[in-house]
Amino acid sequence: MSDFALQLLLTFDATLRLAAPLILCAMAGIFSERSGIIDISLEGKMLSAAFTAAAVAHLAGSPWLGVAAAIAVSVALGLVHGFACITHRGNQVVSGLAINILASGLTVTIGIALFRQGGQTPPLASDDRFRPITWWLVDGINQIPLIGTIYRELISGHNALVYVALAAVPLSAWLLYKTRFGLRLRAVGEVPEAVDSAGVSVYWLRYRAVIIAGMLCGLAGAYLSTGQGAGFVREMSAGKGYIALAAVIFGKWRPAQAFAACLMFGFLEAAAARLQGIHIPLIGEAPVQLMLALPYIMTVLLLAGFIGRANPPAAIGEPYVK
Amino acid sequence: MSAAPPLPRWADLFLLPVLNLLAAFFVCGLIVLAIGENPITALGVMLKGAFIFPGSLGYTLYYTTNFIFTGLAVAVAFHAMMFNIGGEGQAYVGGLGAGLVSLWLAQSMPSLIVLPLAVFGAALFGAAWGIVPGYLQAKRGSHIVITTIMFNFIAASLMVWLLAGPLIEPGQMSPQTPKFAAAGQLPSMQSMLGAVGIESANSPLNLSFLIALAALFGFWVLIWRTRLGYQIRTVGQNPEAARYAGINVPRVVIITLAISGALAGLMATNEILGVQHRVVLNFTAGYGFTGIAVALMGRNHPIGIFLASLLFGALYQGGAELDFEFQSITREMVLLIQGMIILFSGALAYMFNPPVARLLARLAARREAANV
Repeated sequence: MSDFALQLLLTFDATLRLAAPLILCAMAGIFSERSGIIDISLEGKMLSAAFTAAAVAHLAGSPWLGVAAAIAVSVALGLVHGFACITHRGNQVVSGLAINILASGLTVTIGIALFRQGGQTPPLASDDRFRPITWWLVDGINQIPLIGTIYRELISGHNALVYVALAAVPLSAWLLYKTRFGLRLRAVGEVPEAVDSAGVSVYWLRYRAVIIAGMLCGLAGAYLSTGQGAGFVREMSAGKGYIALAAVIFGKWRPAQAFAACLMFGFLEAAAARLQGIHIPLIGEAPVQLMLALPYIMTVLLLAGFIGRANPPAAIGEPYVK
Repeated sequence: MSAAPPLPRWADLFLLPVLNLLAAFFVCGLIVLAIGENPITALGVMLKGAFIFPGSLGYTLYYTTNFIFTGLAVAVAFHAMMFNIGGEGQAYVGGLGAGLVSLWLAQSMPSLIVLPLAVFGAALFGAAWGIVPGYLQAKRGSHIVITTIMFNFIAASLMVWLLAGPLIEPGQMSPQTPKFAAAGQLPSMQSMLGAVGIESANSPLNLSFLIALAALFGFWVLIWRTRLGYQIRTVGQNPEAARYAGINVPRVVIITLAISGALAGLMATNEILGVQHRVVLNFTAGYGFTGIAVALMGRNHPIGIFLASLLFGALYQGGAELDFEFQSITREMVLLIQGMIILFSGALAYMFNPPVARLLARLAARREAANV
């Protein structure tokens, strides 16, 4: 296998690892926004969940308890968002922003109070985090050229939450398109009056949407601190929630397309990391910052209708008044 | 649920912001208690740190300057019912404008020429970063919130590239420009007061504070005393009616976002021209987002924005004091208060509104009944 091909394969491998939290958050965003609730608080929910997962995993010695607590905290923040936007008909952007700022402050404040390490959690022991899972027969299949390497590097050897993220995509698509709940959820984001006149509660549907979004963000946060990393550091979500939001828009609020956008954005990040400071023939120094900004630039271009069209759910951002 | 009676003006302007503030402080106080510290002591430390210690007032007003600019930026867009969440990026790029002027001209020209141009550069670059989302909203229908969020990140990438690449100080590793020559630096308040014989403690407060006060007045004139301001408010209250009245709505939206971006860009006069004297990484430090809290609390009015800016200035300066006095509470406490204020006075604005309005209406009715 040539060196370039191996490098490419390793970049794909990194893509998957970087895309996993984006995928989970993007699915969260799709549920929330398809029900009519703008969710810029993906970032804050993920950050709080990352902190909670690491703190609980460290204190309780189990990554699974960490994930459970992370989901609980993220759902709680989702309910705050719901309380403000659904029950009190507040401005959804303002509420999301408040949650993001609260998350920044709370994680560090509580982190210092608990651990006295400047807002970090102590580094997690390997038993307290999600370890890479080596798949069956890796040694056997490894003998086969190409497929063996792909199997070993790309498919096997990720932690459980990566596979959860991958499973979340078809699951979300099924829930949205093949179930009664999904039909109603999509309807409530387009014409809530129709759902209401059919005798279905708009509020309860939207609350369920923000709860699902909270659960998915909780998983994403736990992945950051107990899967990808080994402990929480300040601001470790680092804008990933906003990239996921961009992926939601780029994927036109559909799970499969948003998944593709997450992979593309993940690939850009992985490639940027690999190309840092490397000279490429004809181009010169790799434009790393440009590659990192591309998800945002492409989203702006798409929203403006320069490359295709993205139409948001019709009732998004509108509080429902009975 | 029956509709609540309308809220009296004084209650909307004073009572509700105070109630929201109290609610925010109350919840934060509970968190401090849960951490095992005394919230009253913490508040005392913050107040002392913000106003009492020598030089602390200067620091408080220095932060206040930032928040006046970013608060006005958000408020002018709010008047047109536009949510400019991109103050952070606009201020960042504004710093580039101010920096470029000072870097190029300060060595060869006197400050009387350089400084006005640099201030103009900050406003111009900020406006440019605001006008694009404005244009996309007005002409292409892109949601202004999403576009301005994306523009914050694009600005961040652009600035990292510039500061680590073309604009980096030669021979240095850290991503920042060379220091401006003296002609490209705004005079500090200490030196200005010293020139008229008043002694004051050393602080980062500088001339840009006066620019901020002028901006407050200019904002009032613009919104309530000019034709454009009338158009902005009309577009905000009812774009359909505005269009019917012959107002060119897309044009007003674009101009509003340009003004909003310019005001955010002016924040850089304080940080870059007044204090850092060079363009540095991440100098905006979240001040753009704080502007949203300031505008919400200040009810989009210059007086309110000044008071809210002063409050946040005091919180930021007082919050820094927490780091010295306590082991377990730090300046991040301020982010918490800020988040709570945005939550209560923004997202949950309608929570206190109806009960307060009902209570006031009942009191008024009782008073009337007593008078009869």
